[in-house]
Amino acid sequence: MLKMSKVSKTYRTDTVETHALREFSLTVDEGEFVSVTGPSGSGKTTFLNIAGMLEELTSGSYELDGRDISKLGDKERSRIRNEKIGFIFQSFNLIPELDVFDNVDVPLRYRGFDARERKRRIGNCLEMVGLASRMKHYPAQLSGGQQQRVAIARAVAGEPRFLLADEPTGNLDTQMADSVLNLLTDINKSGTTIIMVTHELSLVDRARRNIFVKDGHVSDGPPELHFAASAIA
Amino acid sequence: MIRYYFKLGILSIRANPALTALMVAAIAIGIGACMSIVTVRHVMSNNPVAHKNDVLFHVQLDNWNPDDPFDEPNEPPSQVTYLDASALYQADRAYRQTISFKTSRVVLPDSEDAKPFQELIRATTTDFFAMFDIPFKYGGAWDDAADRTEEHVVVLSSEMNQRLFGGVDSVGRMLTMNKEPYRVVGVLSEWLPMPKFYDLNNNPYEGAEDIFLPFSLAISGEWGNAGNNNCWKPTEDGTFAAYLASECVWIQMWVELRDTSEKSAYLQFLNDYVEEQKTLGRFPRALNNRLSTPAEWMVNREVIDDSIGVLLSLAVLFLVVCLLNTIGLLLAKVMRRTNDISLRRALGASKSALFAQYIIEAGMVGVAGGLAGIGMTWLGLRGIENVFAEYDFIAYLVAMDWAMVLGAVALAIASALGAALYPTWRACNVSPATTLRIQ
Ligand SMILES: Nc1ncnc2c1ncn2[C@@H]1O[C@H](COP(=O)(O)OP(=O)(O)O)[C@@H](O)[C@H]1O
Ligand SMILES: [Mg+2]
Repeated sequence: MLKMSKVSKTYRTDTVETHALREFSLTVDEGEFVSVTGPSGSGKTTFLNIAGMLEELTSGSYELDGRDISKLGDKERSRIRNEKIGFIFQSFNLIPELDVFDNVDVPLRYRGFDARERKRRIGNCLEMVGLASRMKHYPAQLSGGQQQRVAIARAVAGEPRFLLADEPTGNLDTQMADSVLNLLTDINKSGTTIIMVTHELSLVDRARRNIFVKDGHVSDGPPELHFAASAIA
Repeated sequence: MIRYYFKLGILSIRANPALTALMVAAIAIGIGACMSIVTVRHVMSNNPVAHKNDVLFHVQLDNWNPDDPFDEPNEPPSQVTYLDASALYQADRAYRQTISFKTSRVVLPDSEDAKPFQELIRATTTDFFAMFDIPFKYGGAWDDAADRTEEHVVVLSSEMNQRLFGGVDSVGRMLTMNKEPYRVVGVLSEWLPMPKFYDLNNNPYEGAEDIFLPFSLAISGEWGNAGNNNCWKPTEDGTFAAYLASECVWIQMWVELRDTSEKSAYLQFLNDYVEEQKTLGRFPRALNNRLSTPAEWMVNREVIDDSIGVLLSLAVLFLVVCLLNTIGLLLAKVMRRTNDISLRRALGASKSALFAQYIIEAGMVGVAGGLAGIGMTWLGLRGIENVFAEYDFIAYLVAMDWAMVLGAVALAIASALGAALYPTWRACNVSPATTLRIQ
């Protein structure tokens, strides 16, 4: 279970203060598939980064599986991130010097699995995303959709409880986006909680629950209404 | 995990071969400059009798001109007169003592076809070998009696034994010098005192003499002194007897004193001796006797050339510049890899894991820089050798030893790690959220 209450995040530079999140409260239960929508700059990515402990929060509280995360040190945060959370980004997803196998291997190395276990998991995950035959390919030799599927394989290789995806289909055409979404739906069905940021309404339907973020906090109501509202505004 | 970091290091080096080559070159050149100078300095300041440094003492008495010190400000002469050397030696008041000087003879080899040759010889006394821990391969030093009775005996270096007797055990064999026969009593093992601490007045890097024989023999034979000679007043006449009775200094005297009480007793004895000589009209200057350890004596004789210090500071400065350069290159590399770093953070790498990864990569560059630095050091030393080619002792100064080779690698690794600290710290503190954010 993921529980944020009244989380605020403020970015300060010499001249400006940006309130990326203001009193952001949200609870996500085990096994949910949550889509997060909202206008650009509303704080969706900030929410995801804080959820994944890539960033610290300015105030408020954040519990992951009943544990208060906000006061942990870097080592412990890294360990939890490695074990419980899988990330998928819109771009910058793969390490170009590493082939597909080694890319999927990265989180497993930090996890400390032995070589056999890593190999088994990498094989299974690449099989699942349909790229088992491309293990020795480098990212530059793959299409955008294939790269994103490798990223998904890597995100789930450690069998995390949460999958955080930030506009995972943003750079893909409809057909590729569809295959990526089918994958995510399957992963969710097998028990992994998914939180996916998107600005495409068509994707929202896939999720069982949608939240709408505006000005750094969660607004209630059906997404269509908000989209309409923000379009008018 | 360490193996994983090595793998990543190799990948990163392969991904940026030019940048890596630049870093390796910068480190190697800096190390080469430093280690060349350090090597020369190391050889120059070497103390061949370091293990006996606190029990061996060089003896100085101030018999010099009352109006003019031997050396400013008030240095006693660096050698002693025959009068004093023989008197102090005969008094036999130290645990061990030796007096010696450099002379020369013409050696006539046994074999028919070998030509006679002139050879520098050390005329000394029996304790010379024991005091300075000189190793013997065959036989040993001559005894006290041989010193007293001017026996015709010699000790040969292993090199000379090789040359004259083909390296076999030559103890008991005969050797002819200036038409007189000498019996070999001992052959030394390899012995290369660098610098030649027991006689720094003459070229300190020429190496030890290859033939040693009794001091008394050289004196009674009236053999000339082949080393440094200093006089402050004219001798009576040109005879050898007058030279022996003169105030000229040309003999090196060393004593072995086992503890501080022996040392202070001996200094007291020297002072009493000089006071007594003053009543006989000698030693016009104020009491100024000295006992110096080998290390003190080498500093006193300025075995280390002043310019070495300047060169060393320049070389260190150069290394620092090379390292700053390396820091810049590493920073550039880190800044190019913020995506990689952020992604690894997102996938669960802790700051310490990243630190280990980057430090190991820097260490690999350091090892490469060190190995290339050894090559650079070798080149640097060859350069020094060429510049100073006219001095035949230069070959000893520019010889690399294993300690220096290991030192070069260690210094290179330490330098690379030092240079990597700041860039690595920056790498660990890259904010992953900021980098991965899509604007
Ligand atoms: N590192 C940062 N420094 C300053 N402002 C930032 C930083 N990151 C994000 N912001 C600001 O925070 C707000 C929320 O950004 P973000 O979470 O990326 O929005 P979204 O993902 O919904 O488009 C924006 O106004 C953005 O400009
Ligand atoms: Mg965003």
